[in-house]
Amino acid sequence: MSRLLRPASRLVSSSAARPVNVRSAFQSFPRVPAIVQSRGYAKESGVKEYTVRDALNEALAEELELNPKVFVLGEEVAQYNGAYKVTKGLLDRFGDKRVIDSPITESGFAGLTVGAALAGLHPVCEFMTFNFAMQAIDQIINSAAKTHYMSGGIQPCNITFRGPNGFASGVAAQHSQDYSAWYGSIPGLKVVTPWSAEDAKGLLKAAIRDPNPVCVLENELLYGQTFPMSEAAQKDDFVLPFGKAKIERAGKDLTIVTLSRCVGQSLVAAENIKKKYGVECEVINLRSIKPLDVESIVKSVKKTHRLLCVESGFPAFGVGSEILALTMEYAFDYLDGPAQRITGAEVPTPYAQKLEEMSFPNEPLIEAYIAKMLRL
Amino acid sequence: MRGATVKSIVGELLGRREGIAYGKGGSMHMFTKGFYGGNGIVGAQVPVGAGLAFAHQYLGKKNASVVLYGDGASNQGQVFEAFNMAKLWNLPVMFGCENNKYGMGTAANRSSALTDYYKRGQYIPGLKVNGMDVLAVKAAVKYARDYTTNGHGPLVLEYVTYRYGGHSMSDPGTTYRTREEIQRMRSTQDPIAGLKHKLLEWNVTTEEELKQIDKDARSDVDKEVAEAEQMAPPEPTPKNLFEDIYVRGSEPQFMRGRTPDENYYY
Ligand SMILES: Cc1ncc(C[n+]2csc(CCOP(=O)(O)OP(=O)(O)O)c2C)c(N)n1
Ligand SMILES: [Mg+2]
Repeated sequence: MSRLLRPASRLVSSSAARPVNVRSAFQSFPRVPAIVQSRGYAKESGVKEYTVRDALNEALAEELELNPKVFVLGEEVAQYNGAYKVTKGLLDRFGDKRVIDSPITESGFAGLTVGAALAGLHPVCEFMTFNFAMQAIDQIINSAAKTHYMSGGIQPCNITFRGPNGFASGVAAQHSQDYSAWYGSIPGLKVVTPWSAEDAKGLLKAAIRDPNPVCVLENELLYGQTFPMSEAAQKDDFVLPFGKAKIERAGKDLTIVTLSRCVGQSLVAAENIKKKYGVECEVINLRSIKPLDVESIVKSVKKTHRLLCVESGFPAFGVGSEILALTMEYAFDYLDGPAQRITGAEVPTPYAQKLEEMSFPNEPLIEAYIAKMLRL
Repeated sequence: MRGATVKSIVGELLGRREGIAYGKGGSMHMFTKGFYGGNGIVGAQVPVGAGLAFAHQYLGKKNASVVLYGDGASNQGQVFEAFNMAKLWNLPVMFGCENNKYGMGTAANRSSALTDYYKRGQYIPGLKVNGMDVLAVKAAVKYARDYTTNGHGPLVLEYVTYRYGGHSMSDPGTTYRTREEIQRMRSTQDPIAGLKHKLLEWNVTTEEELKQIDKDARSDVDKEVAEAEQMAPPEPTPKNLFEDIYVRGSEPQFMRGRTPDENYYY
């Protein structure tokens, strides 16, 4: 009986598919096997390797340096150098007026930093992880996101909420959850989801400078990952615009829309798919989910005629649902098959490792699903 | 203490199917009869614990709830919200602040405007207890249990203690305090050494007997740990993954997997 509810995806592989144009010898664009393949400047001089942690640290240091109204407040951000060492060295450099250890009181310090923003400062409010921001979500949404509108434009709130979000390993349900869809749904908030070191630096700096409340949803497992950082991105004027996605890998056979940690996973899957089948996936790193770059998605679908969204939140009412709905609204005519999504499983994150692995997207799953979608 | 075995707890830490929470909860989430879990959200357990007391009172049971939280957690707003309700409704709850001097890397005096945590209930009587003295803790808890279950309402107990180790695996525990401080605590305040000293002084037992108890405890725990290590992790099956999200028999028709192919139908 419940089989009646089998979703349309079964139809994907059987739907009248535009034959995939498998080309192996005459590809029209260059490919480097590394997952950061589309970074053409990776070999340029002046490029340095940065971890995402270093990039965030540099962004904070530069903004603290440039603007005395900026301060950093959160649990363990100062003396302990940050629970994940993102704020390392900032206390020593900027002193305890600018880099402040808070008691464990998320609702309280989120509210306090919102108040400071209303009064004209530019706080960076760090949550040790966004799991704990649930204690403070009322302040983020009701006090920060809505105030400008409710005041008829009189009262801005320039605040940045940041911290690790999403999958973290071996910490079970209360410490491993992706909140992208939660914040992404709120008018008045801007929400960014960096993947690479450049994303991290450019988006965090833009968040601090943006006159609105911005959530910067980082990922703990990315902090230690290393990426090339261009010379331009190493400068203190480097910012990335919100609402502009980045094509991390060009392709013509399938559009993969993804964010945060899933960008790296999708790039690996895309590379494997190319090796095995000579098929080219285009991987779009959303970078910002509010605003969301619908234009880039539609443009890519016009080219590839197929779309897969890869994200790690709960499936219901999520980022994937939104991408698929937008694709229906704006790109339906260009699709050759139903747009699809890979998401986190609909389950509180289990502790046991093998079960945890079944709860979040990974490279083999993405690869297998692409192969199925494209009937490879 | 609540009847769970060492094996089941270590098994949970190892993510085993026979762990106390079947490998689902891990180190922060353990449950057994009369034990309502660790909560991974600092402070959230306090009003929940007051709710247990509410139920005891509602059901006319002569039980009290023991609610434990740290010096760091004591600053969460909901702790004060729980205090107010507990006093207002005279709930049989023993709020217990384990003041081990640090919340992660933050010393108590850097997080708390008042470090006399037993005074923080304002209108709730408080008791400061030497948390490094087993017998003092036992006497205090017994007193508090009698007090709270006899209709006098809540109490706030501060157990003054110390954390030798770091906060977690990634914290060596030595960047925000001196090694001397830890050493001094160990040599002058250690609760096991202290109890041992008293038992000998009072001629309750002999050095040999204590050594034997110590040895037995070690071999008991070693045995249970070895058994826990032998336990199997949960089979990575959809059934194991999706079971118990809802009470059995009351589940929705299906839960979505990472892809629709992985949907699980109950
Ligand atoms: C709401 C929330 N904020 C932050 C954390 C991260 N965290 C876990 S334990 C801890 C320190 C708690 O200190 P304390 O209450 O003194 O307890 P102790 O570990 O010393 O027993 C912090 C900040 C969390 N789990 N939940
Ligand atoms: Mg503590």
